[in-house]
Amino acid sequence: MSAAPRLCFHCGEPVSRTDTLHVHVDGRDAPVCCVGCKAVAELILTSGLADYYQFRTTHGPPANPARAEQYDTYDRPSTQARLTAPEARGLVVNLLVEGVRCSACSWLIGERLQQATGVVSAYVNPATAHAQVVFDPTLTSLGDILRLVSALGYRPHVLSGIDTAEVASRERRRALTRLAVAGFGTAQVMMISAALYIGAAQGMEPTIREYLRIISLIIAAPTLAYSGQSFFVGAVNGIRNKHVGMDVPVSLAIVLAFLASTWNTLRHSGPIYFDSIAMFVFLLLISRFVEMTARQRACSTTEALLKLMPATALKVDGVTTVRVPVDELAVGDRIRVPLGESFPADGTILTGSTLVDESLLTGEPLPVSRQEGDRVIAGALNCEAPVDVCVQRIGATTTLAAIVTLLEHAQTTRPRIARLADLAATRFVAAVLLAAVLVAVGWFLVDPARAFEATLAVLVATCPCALSLATPVVITAAANRFAQAGMLLTSADALEALAHADTIVFDKTGTLTEGRPAIDQVVTWGISKQRALEIAASLERHSSHPYAQAFSGLHAVPAEAIRVTRGQGIEGVIGRQTFRLGTSNFSTGKPAAHPEAHPGVFLGCDGRQLAHITFKDPIRSNARRIVGELRRLGLRAIIASGDHQDTVDQVAHQLAITHRHGRLLPEDKLALVRDLQASGAHVLAVGDGVNDAPILKAASVSVALGSGAALAQASADLVTVRHDLDTLPQAIRISREARRIIRQNLIWATAYNLCVLPVAAAGVMPPWVAAIGMSLSSLLVVINAMRLSRSPAPARSERRTARGLGTGTPAPC
Amino acid sequence: MLILLLLIPLGLGLAALALWAFFWAVDDGQFDDLESPAWSVLSDEPKIRPARRVQ
Repeated sequence: MSAAPRLCFHCGEPVSRTDTLHVHVDGRDAPVCCVGCKAVAELILTSGLADYYQFRTTHGPPANPARAEQYDTYDRPSTQARLTAPEARGLVVNLLVEGVRCSACSWLIGERLQQATGVVSAYVNPATAHAQVVFDPTLTSLGDILRLVSALGYRPHVLSGIDTAEVASRERRRALTRLAVAGFGTAQVMMISAALYIGAAQGMEPTIREYLRIISLIIAAPTLAYSGQSFFVGAVNGIRNKHVGMDVPVSLAIVLAFLASTWNTLRHSGPIYFDSIAMFVFLLLISRFVEMTARQRACSTTEALLKLMPATALKVDGVTTVRVPVDELAVGDRIRVPLGESFPADGTILTGSTLVDESLLTGEPLPVSRQEGDRVIAGALNCEAPVDVCVQRIGATTTLAAIVTLLEHAQTTRPRIARLADLAATRFVAAVLLAAVLVAVGWFLVDPARAFEATLAVLVATCPCALSLATPVVITAAANRFAQAGMLLTSADALEALAHADTIVFDKTGTLTEGRPAIDQVVTWGISKQRALEIAASLERHSSHPYAQAFSGLHAVPAEAIRVTRGQGIEGVIGRQTFRLGTSNFSTGKPAAHPEAHPGVFLGCDGRQLAHITFKDPIRSNARRIVGELRRLGLRAIIASGDHQDTVDQVAHQLAITHRHGRLLPEDKLALVRDLQASGAHVLAVGDGVNDAPILKAASVSVALGSGAALAQASADLVTVRHDLDTLPQAIRISREARRIIRQNLIWATAYNLCVLPVAAAGVMPPWVAAIGMSLSSLLVVINAMRLSRSPAPARSERRTARGLGTGTPAPC
Repeated sequence: MLILLLLIPLGLGLAALALWAFFWAVDDGQFDDLESPAWSVLSDEPKIRPARRVQ
């Protein structure tokens, strides 16, 4: 077994033990890691969707622990009516599907849904993870649809209200049409310009020449008016807000050149610059489009998840319940939260006990048990049984709202690097404008006839086009490389920050550890450990409790007469003996004690305790190597966790990390990051839960590991598709390579601009040469950036390590 | 060279037609998702038209 770890056929997690779970595929038995994955894989194979396994580019999500009953509430006609919209062919529902990782995922979900009776159409967008399903309510129900998606291992969330993706899609469509118009217009004008240039050299009939010039004007006018809109609007806004961005000289150059060319066309003499400005607009729009795509990908998930808060709540009024809008709830109200719904407010449980999924808010991947008197927080999902809750905090005072506020605060105070880049661009633009004015005035005094042409040449030639492309193209190329390695870049300035990072802050939960329980210690009294584990595994096989996962790989025997006591334990008959597994008191048949004193579970028989099993969250197998590798890359590792100090110390000790902090609240983590930054550190934060979201935002740069809560992903700069630490050192290497190329590009672009400025100012450069010079310098910058997407990462890093470069300290910044 | 008086407007007309077709395609949602349609060819049975985004 030690040779190569066997990986689960479905989800790709290592199959830890020699177990009996297999699925039959292509005439052989493939191992799977748990009962859930086995069920999902068998469902996919028997539905005739085996192609999924052939074409997927990453492993599927591990089986969804949510049980089918969780979606029962969605079967009710009232809930269904609230969450769907009528359409010609049935009802439409918009879903956000957690766990969609590649196109094969979206294909699988779409196909599976379309096989079902009553589903009219199903469409899943792999880029946004949004799904739109149209179904016939007389043949199926919303609950059935959610159960279908859930059975495949994904977590569907129903989006109520308007789809925010719609707004983003409209923006994208407009950007695309602007780009297309600019491209078409440029091609047409350039074709005619070529004729004019050749005509100027070889002789051309004046009528034809005038005709071609008028045609140029006719094409250029609508092209610039339509495609140049965003620049003009930006320039006007910039001037109004006294913040001069790149839009100002760009608009100025476009408008000046256009007016002069039009004037020259109408008076039948003098140069025209329609080709130069059309090309100019086209090139600029390309880089803006790339930027927009990256930004949209970053926002969509956050917005969607914040909408997951329920819009209504069930208020208990005497003996009946009424559904009221959440806004009408008051502190002290008694509300009932059905199975499968989110808590609408913070409160205390009055009656009932349940398991609560708080993963969105705390990053804790396992549902936690909550009993009478326990606190519950708004936004958490009720996974096991309906409970009555006394409302304590509503609306803006809830924990969720507080986290969102923290997030927003961190967002507004973060972008130091972004502000610096802005400042540099503004200064450069101001310098260009100043130079243009000086040249205009200078030429006006010397030779007014040539003043305009020289000024225009300065504006076009020194347009910070190569300079403005220098960074975005490298970021795009790097984003491609990241994508190949299974990472998504969501923020443009993350790359620079990632390369600068010298301190790495880990949130322990789920990042350095596996994030699921494993058996730690087994203490037995008068029974062998093996026998105790076998009995426990046989009982837990019938349980949905999170701890049951720890036993999934163990040998089990049939158990009968299973009875589950919620929050206490499970009992069953094995070989004519009744065994009880659960809390200390439950195992010996005594009444339940509250709170429970001992961690882990006890196994008992006939009122006698036989074994005590404790659980731990084991460290990821590669964590030690990765931390070492990061250290060699010059990063200082710090653990900042909300867990017990003991747990943190233990993990830190195993990974040889000296800087560690336990029992931190989100505010404390934020303060820690701020302190580090104040002392001059460039902080890279690694996390996976929403309570990290503020620190992910506050840190100079942040990475979210794939299986974490989607909200954290959206607030991070870099998201890994697989929950794999291996990507961290690779990301650092790619970013440092990218930084090197960005620097080369910036040096080249600046050098070009400095050289070309005196030539253009001297008036010896016609604007068309300036435009070509500008384009060539941009092209060079782009080609240099493409080197990044061509060179494969592993080969490069190996080569550098072999030379001893990879092991040294990072290059001085 | 008088033929240019006819050919250039003709060329521009064709370009405008292509641009119109592109606008139509964009508004139809054909550029919203550039990935999953490629996977639809993998399904064996003939399918009902893929779902159009409902506005």
